[in-house]
This record gives sequence, structure tokens and C-alpha cells, in this order.
Amino acid sequence: MTPETTTERQATAASTAPAIELKGISKAFGPVQANKDISIRVMPGTIHGIIGENGAGKSTLMSILYGFYKADKGEIWINGSRTEIPDSQAAIAAGIGMVFQHFKLVENFTVLENIILGAEDGRLLKPSLAKARRTLVELANDYGLNVDPDALIQDIGVGMQQRVEILKALYRQADILILDEPTGVLTPAEADQLFRILGRLKSEGKTIILITHKLREIMETTDTVSVMRRGEMTATVKTSETSPAELAELMVGRKVLLRVDKTPAQTGEVVLDIKGLTVIDDKGVERLRGVDLQVCAGEILGIAGVAGNGQSELLEVLGGYQGGTGEVRLNGELLDLTGHLSDGQSRRNHGIAHVPEDRQREGLIMEYQAWENTAFGYHHDPAYRAGLLMNNTAIRDDTTGKMERFDVRPPNPKLAAKNFSGGNQQKIVLAREIERNPDLLLIGQPTRGVDIGAIEFIHQQIVALRDQGKAILLVSVELEEILALSDRIAVMFDGRVMGERLPQDTDEKELGLLMAGITDTDAPHSVAEVEANLAKAASAEKRT
Amino acid sequence: MDVMPKWAEVVLVPLISLLLAAIISALVILAIGEDPVAAVKLMVTGALGSTYGWGYTLYYATNFMFTGLAVSIAFHARLFNIGGEGQAMLGGLGVALACLYIPWPHWSLALIGAAFMAGLFGAVWAAIPAWLQAKRGSHIVITTIMFNFIAAALLNYVLVNMLRPKGSMDPATARFPDATNLPTLHDLLAPLGIAFSKAAPANVSLLVAVAACFALWVLIWRTRLGYEIRAYGHSESAARYAGISPVKITMIAMIISGALAGMMATNNVMGEAERLVLNSTEGAGFIGIAVALMGRSHPLGVFIAAILFGFLYQGGAELALWTSIPRELIVVIQALVILFTGALDNMVRIPLEKVFLALRRRKTRGAG
Repeated sequence: MTPETTTERQATAASTAPAIELKGISKAFGPVQANKDISIRVMPGTIHGIIGENGAGKSTLMSILYGFYKADKGEIWINGSRTEIPDSQAAIAAGIGMVFQHFKLVENFTVLENIILGAEDGRLLKPSLAKARRTLVELANDYGLNVDPDALIQDIGVGMQQRVEILKALYRQADILILDEPTGVLTPAEADQLFRILGRLKSEGKTIILITHKLREIMETTDTVSVMRRGEMTATVKTSETSPAELAELMVGRKVLLRVDKTPAQTGEVVLDIKGLTVIDDKGVERLRGVDLQVCAGEILGIAGVAGNGQSELLEVLGGYQGGTGEVRLNGELLDLTGHLSDGQSRRNHGIAHVPEDRQREGLIMEYQAWENTAFGYHHDPAYRAGLLMNNTAIRDDTTGKMERFDVRPPNPKLAAKNFSGGNQQKIVLAREIERNPDLLLIGQPTRGVDIGAIEFIHQQIVALRDQGKAILLVSVELEEILALSDRIAVMFDGRVMGERLPQDTDEKELGLLMAGITDTDAPHSVAEVEANLAKAASAEKRT
Repeated sequence: MDVMPKWAEVVLVPLISLLLAAIISALVILAIGEDPVAAVKLMVTGALGSTYGWGYTLYYATNFMFTGLAVSIAFHARLFNIGGEGQAMLGGLGVALACLYIPWPHWSLALIGAAFMAGLFGAVWAAIPAWLQAKRGSHIVITTIMFNFIAAALLNYVLVNMLRPKGSMDPATARFPDATNLPTLHDLLAPLGIAFSKAAPANVSLLVAVAACFALWVLIWRTRLGYEIRAYGHSESAARYAGISPVKITMIAMIISGALAGMMATNNVMGEAERLVLNSTEGAGFIGIAVALMGRSHPLGVFIAAILFGFLYQGGAELALWTSIPRELIVVIQALVILFTGALDNMVRIPLEKVFLALRRRKTRGAG
């Protein structure tokens, strides 16, 4: 990168040409049209939101802008001049920086080493590192991006890691920053911190594109917002002139109920009783540290927490595929946590159904057809069997019924799971688990990667099961979802339950503090304090 | 959506791959100064032009069906069993013990008994690496390869020191009793009035192999066990979620795999040699990998691929016999077939998908 190009870029940025202009971008993957004739103008020094459901084509569009894919048609204009972006090197040269949803950092490198990775000036590291250290100080002063340059990535919290990603882009002299779902892994406090940084970057003249599916973030941070639906750009509006309801409608194409309709819970007896549950994983790290929880019949217990604080292990132990110690009772009966009865089959026989957090890795066999997935985990059911063989006809008929009742589209039992959209995949799992009529439903991230239209339906199904008097243990990293669905909320941090709240007596702020491990809600606490706590948790809880 | 219709996926892709392999093979034959057209003619007449040729082609194909099925079932559980060779050797030992030490009244009973022993020996030989993988995490590719060498050494020891008849210079067992000799295709087809070559070694174990193809198809695609094996092969994490035990599946898949590889011995040891010699398997265990790859681990595919490889083996032997094309070139041709049908699959598949996509676009445009 030569000094000339930098000054040139600043000169053009000062004029009124859009920082980014896409003209008629189209991209097809096989028969799927991911982007259809998309045009967009992003003015310099603004925050532009791109919102849309999963599979609407947001990520494809940004991948084209960042040089991962080549558009079939269309032009990219950067700062008023037409630019070809065949690869990410070209994107960086054009002043575009990208912060991915999943960070691309080397865990056992320091912050500084990660920042220069791929941008070393010569064969020797020392001069590059020294230069990076100087630049880092400047950047920290300019934008309030403070990080310890010598800390190892594995020792710092997720929020801090994200900051390193932003610094990486700025170090490469990015004027345009693209952030892909940046708050997915952050606590509310960390998210606020991020948005303050973005505001500062904007005031320094940087252009920011924020990709998200969270309406609230769009409303709070962006200047303009573009809505994508099924590969098309349906609208671009000024944020101040729109509302969440309007955006949701633009995303889905019809009116959407943004809150969950439910009556107060009619709770019955205790169904699930957990006492002192402890899990030590294969590497000897303590994932759960003496968890006590109870879930009653006719109640949804929501577990809030930042991903990786023991919620996954809790579901796995209850689902029967992770060993643990302590006492877990279902309807008063002690469950085997380590022995030969500790597997998914025996849990199902006990009346526990489980919608796992990751449907693609656990809940479904992606290569299996829908009907084969309908039997998954229940393939020993006598109704599904004909002697030694599987009763494929019976399973297919059952699947047809389930697909109809759960509005799975397309309703084709012979389509492989991987060919359904995220929402329809989730409906297949839900239909399988809910129609077993379980006493206890474990459900993890019920609407992750699910489109808004399907979210509404899935929430209704969960509430309907509760109203039948079943116990439901809900794990979600989406606080809004926890608040909307739960009858009672438990917050987990660092393998412990930090506290329980009733949704009507609490708010995102209080839960956010609990998620960061701060129980004393009256004491004043700085962002630094929260961060220190999170970093501590991250170093202990880091999953490989 | 799947881009290609199923028939293109199953038939067209391997056919084009084969054609490419054939073209390159022709160029290689041309390069060493021989006539590729004459070579192909010789291969076809040698392997398929007479019942003698067919007899050898089918004999080899029988071996490859067993080992190909063995590799396939392990593939479905995402286990790479490279130990078919060793398991087949041990199967030979099982056959030899059954034939030599039990006085069978009739060949049919002898076949059942020998097949059982062959399967048992092969299964045990596969179960050890399987157990090491399931319980200790030792990689099955490494352990099964090593078990091939151990099997060869073990067989060497047993043949030289234990089973060799007194005074014999040959490291082989005594000839099996006549009652255990299997009927050849000549014996089987004669009552039907079909004249089949007397000299060819193809025998009744071909029918066993075909039955094994069918049985394995039922197992993989129709039973709960097959469902669990495939599920585990696709996703171990999902299998754990569903309560499918990784240890159980690894053990069962490898035991079935080893038993199938071992049962190959009913063909080469019992049906052809009628005694156990050193290196009786002649690399059929390794060809099984190629057969499984080409047959996409589907029993019908394995059946077809095994016959193709049988043809290549027999045709190649004829080439070496009648022309100055060296036998090594046959290995080159086989390698090309494996390379194109197995490893370079996407080279054919992706352009073909584009063709089908373009066709479909044109069709929808025409309709709309």
C-alpha cells in the first residue's frame, strides 16, 4: 500500500461520491439465485445496516464485495471509481475491511502477532511488530480501541477478540468496515461497547456496513438500512423514518407478530430436579460447577447466558451424551449420569425429548432424507419397525403427517435434510421431538438461523406444549427470546447459575450483568470490570 | 435441490470417467509403440470372448466382490479398512483348518463350515484394530495396514512350521480332501445343458458373493443396524445425540467388514487352489478399495465394479501373454481407472452438473 493511494482515497472520500456503490449485482449458485439485481449506495461516514432473514443473500452480497465470490453480473464502485475485486487482497487494497461472525484469529498468538499476520513488511518480524505497536497506540488513541498488544488471544474475552478483528482491518488502512452479525457472541454490555466504538469510527469518517438480523441493533445504530428478501433488495430507507414493525414486514413479506402471545403459566409438580450437577470435560476443565435447577410441569425455564458458559453441557448431560456427577431426577426418578443407561436412547425412554442447539451437527443427519430424520433417535420405536427391518412406509406416512402439521416446506418426505431451509430443518426436528409427547422438552437455540416467519411458529409450538402441562428447559443466547418465552429465567455464567429472575421483574440490563458474572446489581460497575470478568471466564471456558 | 438426475449421477459420471481412463491408457499403449485397438480387442476376447475367459473374469470378480463389500460397509461407518488383504489371508487360514481337520460329508456343508470359519477368522482380525480405534483412538488406517504385515508373517509361520506336510519343500498346506472341492461353473451349468469351460476356476462361491451383495444391501438400506451405521458415518455428533454408541458401531461395522474380506478365501483357497499357499490373496484386498470407491459403496455398484476389475485382471493377463506389453502396464491401466473413477470424480461431475443446469434453464425458459 503506497502513500499515494491513501491520499487519493481520502480526497475522493471528501467528495460526495458514495463510499460503496453496487450496481445490478447478481449471483447464482446452481439453481439458487442468491443475489438478484442488487443495487445499493452507501455514503461515506455513515453506518448502513443490511437486514434480512437467513438465506436472504446478505452474506453472499458481502462476500462478493470482499472478493470471496465473483458476481455473475453487476459492477462495484468504490469512492466513485469502478473497481474489480477478484480476491480479498484486492478488497483490502480498495480499503475494505471485514469482521467475520466467526473470528479468524490464531489463538496462541499475541494480539500484535495477529494484527500483522498477512501484513508483515519483510522477512524479519521485529520491524513489523515494532511498527504495528506504534500504529496500535495511535489507533487506540483515535478510536478508543484499547487492547493489550501482548496478550494472547486465548486469554482475552470475546468482545476483546472482536476489537482485535476491527484493529486488524484498521491496521490495513480500511476506510470501509463490514461487520457480519457482530453481536451474536456478545453480552448486551459488550454490544453497547461495540456500538460506541462504531459511532466513534463513524465520526472519524469511516464507513460501516452492519449485517444483522436483529431489528433493535438496526434501529439504534444505523443511519440508513437496506432490507433483503430472497436474494432481492426490497427497500432502502432512512432508519429515522422507519419502525421495527415495518422492517420486519419488509423482511418477511407479511405482517409479523414480534412478541409471543401467551397466558400466565399454570405450573404443576416438579418434573426435572437437578442438584449439584458437575461436568468435567475430556480435557479436565470443569464446565458445570454444581448447578441446581428445577423445572415444573407447565413451565418454561429459560437459561440465559453468553455461549460457552455451561449451557451446552447442561443440555448434553440431560440428553444423555455427556457424563456428569450430581443428582438429576425426572418425576422423582434418579437418572443414570455416567453408567450404561446414560445415553440418548434411555433418556428418550424416560420421556425426555431434546431439540439440540446445533441441528446440523446433532439434530439431523443432513444427508438423510426428511423421513429418515423423522425416525432419528426413535428408530427403535415398534411403530417404525417391521421385524428386523425398518418399516419405511410407516415412517414416510408419519413424516407426511408431521410435515403437514408443522408446515414444513416443501412437504416432501424424500428430500434430503440439507435441501431444506434452516427454519424448515428446525421444524422437522421440532415435529419429531414435540410429537413424542415428552414430559420434559430440552430445547437449545430454538430459532438460531431461522427466518422471522418461522420463529413465530416455533415459539407458538413451544408455548402450546407448555400449555399441555409439559416442562420445558429453554437455552438461548438471544436475550429477547428468553424474555419473551420464559416463565422463569436462570442466568448461567462460568458453569454456575448466577441467579433466577421472573421475566416481569427484570430487564436486559440486569440479566446482562448476571451474564457477565456480576451478582451485586446495586454496586456501581464499570465496563472494564465487566470485561475483566468476561475475560476471566473466557480463559477458563474456551471451547476448542 | 440435486442438480443432476439420478441416472446421470450413477451411470453417466462413472462411464465418462472410465472413458477418460481408457483414452489415457490408449495413449500410454501408443507411447510404448503398441496398437491400442489391437490391445483392447485382445483384452475383450481374452476376458469375455470365451467361457474360459469369462470363467477367469468371474473368478477374479468373486474375490473383488467380497473385498469390495468389506471396504464398503466400513466406508458407510466412515471407517477406512485397508486391512482387507490381511483379513482375507486369515480367512484362508480359517478355510484351511475347516477343510483339513473336519471330515465333511458333502461340499455344500463344507462350504457353509468353511465360510463360517473364514468369516470368523477375518472378523477377529478386523476386530482388534476396531477395538483399538473405538477404545484407544488408534487410527484404523494405520492399524489395519500394520495388521496386513502381521497377517503375512503369521501365515508364513503357520504354513512353514505347523501346516506344511512332513517332507514337503513347499510352504503350503496339504491338498484339501476331495469332499471339500467346490463345483465350478462347468459343473453347475452342465445339468442345464450349458457348456462352460472346464479349466476356468470360477466356482459356486460366485453365488455366495452375489448373495452377500444382496444381503449387504438389505443390511445397509433396510435394517435399523444399517440405518445406525450410515448415521454414524455421516455424523458422529448426531449419532451420539441419538443414542447410537460409537463403540458399538465401530466394532460391528469392522466385524462385518472383516468377515466379508475373510470369506473371500472360499473362492481363492477353497474353490481354486484347494490348498492354502503363501500369498494366496494376490492383492485382492487392496483392489477391494478401488472396487468400493468405484461402486460408491453401494452393493450393486460393487458388483458391477468387481466384474469390471475382473475383466481388467483377466484381459491384462492375456495382454501380457500374447503381446510385448509388459504386465506392469496393466497395473497402470488399473491405476488410471482408480484415479479417474475414485480420486478425480469431481473433474467429471462438476462440468456435467453445469451442463445439466444449463439444460434445465433452457427448458424452464422454453416453458415460461
